[in-house]
Amino acid sequence: MTNADKNRIKDKMFGYFGMACTFFGIFMLLIFLSDIVISGWQKVDFDFLSSFPSSRPKKAGIYPALIGTLWILGLTAIIALPIGIAAGVYFEEYAKKSKMANFLEINLANLAGVPSIIYGLLGLQIFVRTLNFGTSILSGACTLALLILPIIIVSTREALKAVPDSIRQASYGMGANTWQTIWHQVLPASSGGIITGIILAISRAIGETAPLIVIGAATYITYIPEDAMSNFTVLPMQIYDWVGMPETPDGDYKTISSAGIIVLLMITFLLNGIAVFLRNRWQKKVKW
Amino acid sequence: MKKLILSAITLSTLFAYSCGGEDSKKEGESTELSGTIVIDGSSTVFPITKLVIEDFTAEHNKVKISAAAGGTGSGFKKLIRKEIGICGASRPIKESEAHECDSLGIKYQALEVGKDGLSIVVNPQNTWLTSITVAELKMIWEPAAEGKIKKWNQIRKEWPNEPINLHGAGHESGTFEYFTEVINGKKNACRTDYNASENDNQLVQGVSGDKYALGFFGYGYYETNKAKLKIVAVDNGKGAITPNEKTIMDGTYAPLSRPLFIYVTAEEAKKPESAAFVQFYLDNAPTLVKEAHYAALTADQYKAEAVKWDAFVKGLK
Repeated sequence: MTNADKNRIKDKMFGYFGMACTFFGIFMLLIFLSDIVISGWQKVDFDFLSSFPSSRPKKAGIYPALIGTLWILGLTAIIALPIGIAAGVYFEEYAKKSKMANFLEINLANLAGVPSIIYGLLGLQIFVRTLNFGTSILSGACTLALLILPIIIVSTREALKAVPDSIRQASYGMGANTWQTIWHQVLPASSGGIITGIILAISRAIGETAPLIVIGAATYITYIPEDAMSNFTVLPMQIYDWVGMPETPDGDYKTISSAGIIVLLMITFLLNGIAVFLRNRWQKKVKW
Repeated sequence: MKKLILSAITLSTLFAYSCGGEDSKKEGESTELSGTIVIDGSSTVFPITKLVIEDFTAEHNKVKISAAAGGTGSGFKKLIRKEIGICGASRPIKESEAHECDSLGIKYQALEVGKDGLSIVVNPQNTWLTSITVAELKMIWEPAAEGKIKKWNQIRKEWPNEPINLHGAGHESGTFEYFTEVINGKKNACRTDYNASENDNQLVQGVSGDKYALGFFGYGYYETNKAKLKIVAVDNGKGAITPNEKTIMDGTYAPLSRPLFIYVTAEEAKKPESAAFVQFYLDNAPTLVKEAHYAALTADQYKAEAVKWDAFVKGLK
């Protein structure tokens, strides 16, 4: 056997190994999904979506948690988007290489790695107590907005970096200033990437439980939040509460927690789907 | 980063301002009960409270109630900060907490709503342990046992030469405080090398999956997981007593049965919706406490609590 043959075999082996690794991940996901779908699918219906939670699991629903999640989702996005995108644009387009910029960058990278429960403690002290928002949707959304800011900033920067420099130079060459260049050339060209980053960040935010528990969000609530100052609960907290309940002989809590997980996953998939759709649309549109 | 935080704060203050004004107008327009009640506190009392809330709102659907279960200690902290007016508690209020309430002028009433027996449980395959003395429990759980008591036969010679795997309530829970106080003689004094969790269901899982496990948690969780666990009788020198509804209620299952409370502040009791809620709590506790798998008090005891509550409410006027 020549050396070349040996290398060919090695190459093939590595290919198979990589494939096995891929299938392992997918296989685990499939097991998880099918287990959840089998035990919860029959429960996902209009009644489940429109009923209040209950200690008698057969009657329980997720209405307040679902609405709470949508509230949190919307408000978090409204707070985090402008700040995150603006900060990303600043870093990439305005900030000059300086000690200050370097310092900010290191801090940003660190922020992205802070455990979410720490953000919860920060939110409890700043939003709930110091600013006196109380345990409200607003406090929750501000906390989660802080949590996803680093992600939005980083993905905005990546998207801006992908815009070729020749575009900027051409724009300057036509007499445009920095702002005009950003607004008319760079942002439209990078919006696909920015939107994808944003939606991924938001899908992370809706799965968070720990920071909301820390700021004192309700586990059980008998009403639908009407404004941003209302107390609230979200899907992951509702699921967490059900998973922790002592099981009934019929396995009712397993059924409803699985059903809750299905609803949460559907929202996440829907968001990711929108992200893919928007990215494709924007990429086609951009022509120079 | 400072800029970011600052702008986040400004933005959100604007939000708070624009949203806060609305809801105050809606209240108090009809004679029907309305308003908001916020409850926090013990995760042990939480299942009872949830049932009460559910039945109460079925009758008074204008009253908005939200409840969380952050633990007895954190509930009292919120009560002291006036963030909540009703707090579930699986132990009486501490002297230090009571003192803080006094100094802030917070008046409150403790109401006993039921009883919980802490149960000592092992795996159903455990054949050697049917009853245990309080002294043996202390030997296992005291701080000095940490890293030393590791095998079953260190406690009694005839028990197997196998590792003893411990599971118990976590530090934020009233269950932990209560257990350490009555078994180890000092609150919160406990070995730390055991599987600690605030989520009782995880403890059930831990014990039911391991032949050599020993754990403690609320009797309610044993009740609902009977098939997966074996309960151990506890001997405090007067013979071994197995916990059940009767022995917990009459107190013969000692020292591991404890009272469950709700604490209500005077400020809260002045709100008609909260007063009605607490009254409803006391009226329905006998059946709902059982539905939540705890032991109810006797009819006389409930009457005594109702009398206390009456006096407290009248005292406010």
